[in-house]
Amino acid sequence: MTNLFNYIERKSPIHELSGATKLICLLLWSFAAMITFDTRMLVFLPVVSIFAFSVSKIRIKDISFIFYFMLVFLVLNNLLIFLFEPEQGVKIYGTRHVLFEIFGRYVVTSEQLFYHLNVILKFFATIPIVLLFVCTTNPSEFASSLARVGVNYKIAYAVSLALRYIPDIQREYHDISLSQQARGLEMSKKQKLTKRLISAVKIVFPLIMSSMERIEVISNAMELRGFGKNKKRSWYTGEKFRRADYLCMGFCLLLLLVSIGLNFLNHGRYFNPFI
Amino acid sequence: MKKSPIVTIVAIGIGAALFFVLGRFISIPSPIPNTNVSIQHALLAFMAFLFGPIAGALIGFIGHTLIDFSFGWGIWWSWVIASGVSGFVMGLIGRKSGLAKGEFGKKDIIRFNVCQVIANVVAWLVVAPVLDILIYAEPANKVFVQGAATTLINVVAIAVIGTLLCLAYAATKPKSGSLKEE
Repeated sequence: MTNLFNYIERKSPIHELSGATKLICLLLWSFAAMITFDTRMLVFLPVVSIFAFSVSKIRIKDISFIFYFMLVFLVLNNLLIFLFEPEQGVKIYGTRHVLFEIFGRYVVTSEQLFYHLNVILKFFATIPIVLLFVCTTNPSEFASSLARVGVNYKIAYAVSLALRYIPDIQREYHDISLSQQARGLEMSKKQKLTKRLISAVKIVFPLIMSSMERIEVISNAMELRGFGKNKKRSWYTGEKFRRADYLCMGFCLLLLLVSIGLNFLNHGRYFNPFI
Repeated sequence: MKKSPIVTIVAIGIGAALFFVLGRFISIPSPIPNTNVSIQHALLAFMAFLFGPIAGALIGFIGHTLIDFSFGWGIWWSWVIASGVSGFVMGLIGRKSGLAKGEFGKKDIIRFNVCQVIANVVAWLVVAPVLDILIYAEPANKVFVQGAATTLINVVAIAVIGTLLCLAYAATKPKSGSLKEE
């Protein structure tokens, strides 16, 4: 259960950055990648993240299974886009260069292919960096870094409560599931979908009801210890910012600014090579 | 009984953890990609109805973020935000219910379901597709079909599982005035 969030402990410069830095960088990076559809920027971001991966000493085999998921998702998403709107690229770029026809309205244009390239690049600009964050940030550091970033500590505490209780709830789910199966509940793939749904419900209900009781117990305990009395609190895993932290944050801020700047430069979000 | 703010915070934490476990381990894929029959949304509707808009929004937001994190395929922000919105709307309309005191009659069932239909339409038919278009520039008809499918699945799932959850929860609470003099 400890590896649920795929945290991989290694000694590397990226692991040594404080959690707050990585969170801020992740947010800045995500916004930068979200805003732009400039192809040059979307090529640049994945290259940087590959570099960051090599620095972080996370090997490809550590994360290869996720890449498989990503690939399936990517292919499906692109197929769907083409199926629903083969002219999306033409709409965006305003010109139409037909390459070849398949049938009916399914015509392959170079604009459409370029648009798909952008969709794929956008995927690779946003996803690997999240993966890197997950692999290099200790979950328990996550909550304190939220508080550090300026999120209200009560909300940060809610996040850390969630992280703390996920394994417990998981174990409880497993226990209830086993005891229901001992009573003859069939959960395997042989069963029909509707029946499996019903049996899932039979496990979920006791789980939710016992969690409701848990809420009362925990909140009573916290109230007894005076939680929420003061405006601030300290964190066991909090760290001071170092030079590398400021450098990383500066770099990501720069990325965001470039990304916003490109929007003005291109008069819109798209880089258009067809004009 | 007045609720302390601490209950809300703990409810957010435990709710998000439950949302995560349900969403991560018990999701049944539907024929449309990226769209799941999800029990976690029934839980979200129920908890938002019980604990109010702030709890609803944060349970959806934190829980969904954690799910996306743990799968490692990156955070699909538009849908994460939509989850939060659905919890918020649900809590906003449902905050005056007597569910916390164990009252959940026919009228409440109707109100719960009207609420959840509104919340789902706002979140999955408006917020999620619009954000998909704004952030990821996906074709409009694709995202609206996905949104409509999600709305439909969630409404049905919540109507069945969510309503039952509320009934089951109400049954565990002693009602006020349930003691009679003999």
